[in-house]
Amino acid sequence: MASHTPTASRRRWGSTVAGVLILCVMLFPLYWMLNTALQPDSGLLQVDPVPGSLDLSGFSKAISDQGGHLVTSLAVSLGAVAICLAISAPAAYGLARFGLRGSRTIVFGTLITQMVPGIVIANALYNSYVDLGLVNSYFGLMLADASLGIPFSIVLMRSFMVSIPGEVIEAAQIDGAGPVRTFVRVVLPMSRNSLITSGLFAFLFSWSDFMFALTLNTTDDVKPITLGIYQYIGAHVGDWGSVMAASVLSAVPAAILLVLAQKYIAAGITGGSVK
Amino acid sequence: MTTPMPTSTVSAQTPAKASTSPAAPDPGRIARRRRLTQWGFVAPAVVFMLLFFGYPLVRNVVMSFQDYTPKTFFTGEAPFNGADNWSNVFQDALFGKALWHTLVFTAGSLLGQFCIGLALAVFFSRRFPLNGVLRSLILLPWLVPMVVSGIVWRRILDQDTGVLNSFLDTLGIGGHTPWLTSPEMALLSVILVNIWIGIPFNMVILYGGLQEIPKELHEAAALDGASAWRTFRSVTLPMLKPVVTVVLVLGFMSTVKILDLILALTDGGPADATQTLGTLTYQNSFVQLDFGAGAVVGNVLILISAVFAVFYLRANRTEGK
Repeated sequence: MASHTPTASRRRWGSTVAGVLILCVMLFPLYWMLNTALQPDSGLLQVDPVPGSLDLSGFSKAISDQGGHLVTSLAVSLGAVAICLAISAPAAYGLARFGLRGSRTIVFGTLITQMVPGIVIANALYNSYVDLGLVNSYFGLMLADASLGIPFSIVLMRSFMVSIPGEVIEAAQIDGAGPVRTFVRVVLPMSRNSLITSGLFAFLFSWSDFMFALTLNTTDDVKPITLGIYQYIGAHVGDWGSVMAASVLSAVPAAILLVLAQKYIAAGITGGSVK
Repeated sequence: MTTPMPTSTVSAQTPAKASTSPAAPDPGRIARRRRLTQWGFVAPAVVFMLLFFGYPLVRNVVMSFQDYTPKTFFTGEAPFNGADNWSNVFQDALFGKALWHTLVFTAGSLLGQFCIGLALAVFFSRRFPLNGVLRSLILLPWLVPMVVSGIVWRRILDQDTGVLNSFLDTLGIGGHTPWLTSPEMALLSVILVNIWIGIPFNMVILYGGLQEIPKELHEAAALDGASAWRTFRSVTLPMLKPVVTVVLVLGFMSTVKILDLILALTDGGPADATQTLGTLTYQNSFVQLDFGAGAVVGNVLILISAVFAVFYLRANRTEGK
């Protein structure tokens, strides 16, 4: 416990200044996105470093053109999260606790899925979706987007559920609870944090999805914001103000989650990848 | 952390429990019912993964031997055509180009992301005010949808009105660089943008790895008179190796198949200068509607990933020890 000398403290604040500079460089593109969105008149001209006045017309145009796609994204992502958790939470518990023959193979398979490129999945899926009538449907896209989160969630939740003390589960069983009741009443509440982390990531994966939206939709019926923005720049080359405004809106959920759920995000990045 | 550990402890308990309930009328039937319920927990996930990961793998192999045309979706007919798709794709000069671009893109992206990510992880391992806040805000680029990042960069890199060129212009260097519009520059630009996207992920994982290294090791090295660089090379890096492997392999698998970013930045152009295996699969299947040719390129992509999956599983095993 040495006393902090002025030089040591100055050096520490020096690191903070360096850190802030690094952050500025890393976040500059996002600042520029916001800045461009606030200068809708700049069109194809150069954009000023800071907006001269608060012109929100780019945002109002983005909302009227792309607001529906934001709602679509939200609906699809929430659906995907529901499917993802409903499928992966019980599986994670089963794989962590039941000692079923083949568990190891299944866990192995779950890890392996990370190597299957999405475009390969889309290639095959599109043809099956045509046969099943799932192209251009909300449910079809939700299912495909759920596939982005399921392996991650199984691995993450399983590694947590393994650490639940066996006595807790046995106590519930002695009280007469069956496996389903034990799972719902004891295991799920205890796994709250890993459930939230999984849900968050399933949401972010689905919200960011572009490839399934692009390949599994042939009409405008189900168009998430990522696809909406992509097609918008194709059609309105000069209208960068509202493109950027729509981009800002599409980045809002990520920003909100980062602020509100920081600890879950950090847990997910390290937990999902190193396990 | 390991996969085998939990299964072995539980399986040791479960049968013992089943056999020590003599009051049950038919232990065999109860045990069977119990197993069935237990499989009920796991089965939906297994079925889902077989449908969404297993089936596409098989289907792509089959499709690569079928003749798909735009008409296929009206008639439903895609006759088998032997190895035609394969020879067509391999003879097309674009395939070789795309393969090369994929390798350059992946290697360049990983190198940049990893080196900068590691440097930042080391930097943030110091203790200083606001460290935690800065470290979490730096994640933001990674959380924004990739296609959106691509579009933002497309504006920044615009040759005539982009902010990067106007900045370079004020410095008096290369103010008119055609970042995305010249075939010579485009691949490099796409790599640079992807490095920017990947830095946060690399940083966070490597930072986590650095924190796991016992502080005493560094202190011991310092007492022995080792310089900071020497300590980093002989103590930190070897200890960090498992995490490094995981970060590189995961990075490889997500980079090699990239599609969103390239479509948003260049659509594979100009003059196919940024066409990769991912974009080529997309073009063949969803633009030309030749799903057979798309499947061929997709299979090559899977093959490349499979080789690295072996590395990944090895890394996972060592990680679990």
